[in-house]
Amino acid sequence: MDASGLPVERSITPYLIGLGLAVVLTAISFGLAATGVLPRTTTIIVIAVAAAIQILVHLRFFLHINLSTTPRENLIALAFAALLICIMLGGSFWIMFDLYHRMMV
Amino acid sequence: MDFFGRLTIDSLPFYSLIAASGAGVTVLGALSVMAVITYFGAWRLVVFGWVTSLDHKKIGIMYIMVALVMLMRGFIDAAMMRSQQAIAFNSDGYLPPGHFDQIFSSHGTIMIFFMAMPFLSGLINLIMPQQLGSRDVAFPFMNSISLWFTTAGAGLVLISLVIGKFSTAGWTGYPPYSGSEYTPGVGVDYWLWAVLISGIGSTMTGINFLVTIIKCRAPGMTLLRLPLFTWTVLVTSVLMIFAFPALTVACVMLALDRTAGFHFFTNAMGGNMMNYINLFWLWGHPEVYILILPAFGVFSEVVAVFSQKRLFGYISLVLATCAIGLLSFTVWLHHFFTMGSSANVNSFFGIMTTIIAVPTGVKVFDWLLTMYRGRIIFKPPMLYTIGFLVTFCIGGLSGVLLAMPPVDYLMHNTTFLIAHFHNMIIPGVLFGYLAGYMFWFPKAFGFKLNEKWGAWSFWCWIIGFYLAFMPLYVLGLLGMPRRMEHYEIAAWQPHLIVAAIGAFIILLGIVCLIVQLVVSIRDRQQALDLTGDPWNGRSLEWLTSSPPAPYNFALVPQVQSIDAFWDMKQRGVAYERPDRYVDITLPKNTFLSAVIGGAGFVFGFAMVWWIWWLALLCLATIFVAIVIRASQNDTDMVIPAAEVKAIEDARFAQLAKAPKNEMADDPGFAGQPLPEGAA
Amino acid sequence: MTAASATMTDIAPPSEGAEKYEEKAFGFWIYLMSDGVIFALLFATYVVMLGNTAGGPTGKELFSLERAAGETALLLLSSTTFGFAAVALAAADRSRVLLWLVVTVALGAGFIFLEFGEFSGMIAQGAGPDRSGFLSGFFTLVGTHGLHVSIGILWILVMIGQVLIKGLTRPVASRLARLGLFWHFLDIIWVVIFSVVYLPGVL
Repeated sequence: MDASGLPVERSITPYLIGLGLAVVLTAISFGLAATGVLPRTTTIIVIAVAAAIQILVHLRFFLHINLSTTPRENLIALAFAALLICIMLGGSFWIMFDLYHRMMV
Repeated sequence: MDFFGRLTIDSLPFYSLIAASGAGVTVLGALSVMAVITYFGAWRLVVFGWVTSLDHKKIGIMYIMVALVMLMRGFIDAAMMRSQQAIAFNSDGYLPPGHFDQIFSSHGTIMIFFMAMPFLSGLINLIMPQQLGSRDVAFPFMNSISLWFTTAGAGLVLISLVIGKFSTAGWTGYPPYSGSEYTPGVGVDYWLWAVLISGIGSTMTGINFLVTIIKCRAPGMTLLRLPLFTWTVLVTSVLMIFAFPALTVACVMLALDRTAGFHFFTNAMGGNMMNYINLFWLWGHPEVYILILPAFGVFSEVVAVFSQKRLFGYISLVLATCAIGLLSFTVWLHHFFTMGSSANVNSFFGIMTTIIAVPTGVKVFDWLLTMYRGRIIFKPPMLYTIGFLVTFCIGGLSGVLLAMPPVDYLMHNTTFLIAHFHNMIIPGVLFGYLAGYMFWFPKAFGFKLNEKWGAWSFWCWIIGFYLAFMPLYVLGLLGMPRRMEHYEIAAWQPHLIVAAIGAFIILLGIVCLIVQLVVSIRDRQQALDLTGDPWNGRSLEWLTSSPPAPYNFALVPQVQSIDAFWDMKQRGVAYERPDRYVDITLPKNTFLSAVIGGAGFVFGFAMVWWIWWLALLCLATIFVAIVIRASQNDTDMVIPAAEVKAIEDARFAQLAKAPKNEMADDPGFAGQPLPEGAA
Repeated sequence: MTAASATMTDIAPPSEGAEKYEEKAFGFWIYLMSDGVIFALLFATYVVMLGNTAGGPTGKELFSLERAAGETALLLLSSTTFGFAAVALAAADRSRVLLWLVVTVALGAGFIFLEFGEFSGMIAQGAGPDRSGFLSGFFTLVGTHGLHVSIGILWILVMIGQVLIKGLTRPVASRLARLGLFWHFLDIIWVVIFSVVYLPGVL
């Protein structure tokens, strides 16, 4: 633990790994969007999955979040925030798109 | 660039007698406060002892002062509405619609944002760190900024009476009416910036309280040994942290629409007004649980102490609190059942709304079972608690009715709804915080409040409440919509007259509260709390002296059980004198947080009146103040051990002189022994 | 521990000493969670208002993948260079900390420069936030992120000043750690922005 209570990272390796993985994932998404080789829906799904993976990459390699050294309360806060965001987004999309369908003839 | 933005001499309230009177009262109020401080020669004390203080206890007291002042300010709105509606049958009454609309808007805004929120923030600030065995909250400087941001918001609402007007769009500010096309002018902007600035304060407060509870507990104070009040604070903090972002987003978007011509919620050009409704209530529903959960916490403390019995069902109360917290994020659409959603959507949220009533029911049973076979002492906090238990359940029943979408289609936006939510907020939130105020007053100031006037305040409040709001249920069933400035249906008037009488009796209740305070200060020498434990309490705040030393605890308590203080008393170790003391570090007083808060107020004012140079200057001031704070090396002061010893020696001397506590070792009714499970 | 009794301890309570920094880090993490909710709701608004172009320009007409790629590269690199600064901090190497902070600021400023160009270009062609609901949503979402990045840059500049004047003290290190959390968080938000706004926008 360092002065901030967060694990000290003494090596640049995780950052380089994170950078590499992020570049690959970003390239896939941008490449698919730029070339349009896959159908639209598939492209969007691939982009979404790549984004989700890249978020995990950032959390792991840049923020050093992991299940062993990260304090439990930080993990719980993250999980709770994720849960609430799902509820808020899920509920909001359901409500707003339901209203949209009922408004549009 | 206009030096004054859109501020002109016409913004002063000389266009109507009512506006001028309101402004006059506000200005007079401010001048009176300054006059009183000058009379007592107390400016040094106020500025250097209180405004600049980072002590959580002082911050808590200042929050409560804001709340009580704004309670009176918001009540004036209520009294004006009740009197207008009592006379306005087939008549214009005395309040023109423009004023009436400002009044119902400011009433709701003030009561929720500037009465209830500061009241709970104040009580929590005062007591929660002590309940944890801690010396302060985790972030004292940020705590002070939160206080001053809340006060800045209150200040914006107050100054709207003097310069400009307030919003006429209700406390919820629905677009497109609240947009610039339909309500240009400064009213809605005052509302927006008051809410946004105080909302930032509340978010910071939530973070502060959460980190304090998670990280600053005394050794041995596991989460499952926390007093129930602190448990409710924990869940409330989570709600504050995660709900206020939704309000911030909704209000910033509305502000962008109004100020910069954006099209989030406009009629044309692709606006989507329902998005505002959705975002607002994503915040709005957790907000009502933010308001009520600490009150439930107060009731848990009070019911145990004044039944002289351990709180029943600790784990079920904790679980119910957590369930309420989580479920509060799943019901928000019930505030807009009637706004066009399909049956599936409405049903889902209706069912979730009925489910969320269950954990509250569990709590009610826990409180009742705490009272069962206890030896109840009917002091004012307990009176408020019992009044709450009965009255809140009625409100809950009306809530479960409204949770059915078909029923809500009939009752939405009628006075039935008004009656329902006042039936939750007044007996729930307000009685809870008044009970907390009377319960913890001796801890804050070292003497007890007069109990006779406290009891009278309770009776006036509860009788006044029933008279003021039960007729509104009937009126709602008769079809009367909310927010009506005048009406033509004769059958409504008798009910509205009764409601006005109820409001008058509530006024008497407020008068009783004021008299109680004055009399208590006058007679304080006869009601001193010399031990720090006037009620034979169970949690650690009663271990400190009344008022506590700046550091609360000279040495950090070691906790071994739930009801930590009670446990210490049982083991005979509560008042052990240590043989050595240590130096204690506390935050120094500072002007910077008040400067940031003041800059927040001026920023809000500048944004309302489009004085852009001033707004930028305020943002720069805030930035500079933060950088200065981050550069300071000596933000703490040390109380040397010798001084701690002197304070503690004085405290123990006072303890030795204290008369027997009226609530300790009471043999109970008719001299019967303590019932089992009492201790 | 001679001052301890059955009930009291002279252990310093939390908020004094090392735990103070743990609390600050945890508190900042919580703030980031609330900021995450703000961005989530801005994203939700953007998605809900995607079609509200009011006869005006759509994303397809406005967004440039090249520029988005450039912005992405700058921000991602800046996250990496901030990481290098963090490693230098752990090694107590003041000059390397300063070097990598300066590089990070430069990369971040490059990002803001590109974004500023994008926004002013759009406004100049009549596609500003006052053109339609869709554009209001776009400017607010991406603009809020840009505002956070700008504040982050200001913060890095302040920290460069603090490192120069105070050196790598414990409070300075604690602030740099929180700044790191902030900076990496903003890169995560950007990943979602290009995945939700720019890439689907051109499809």
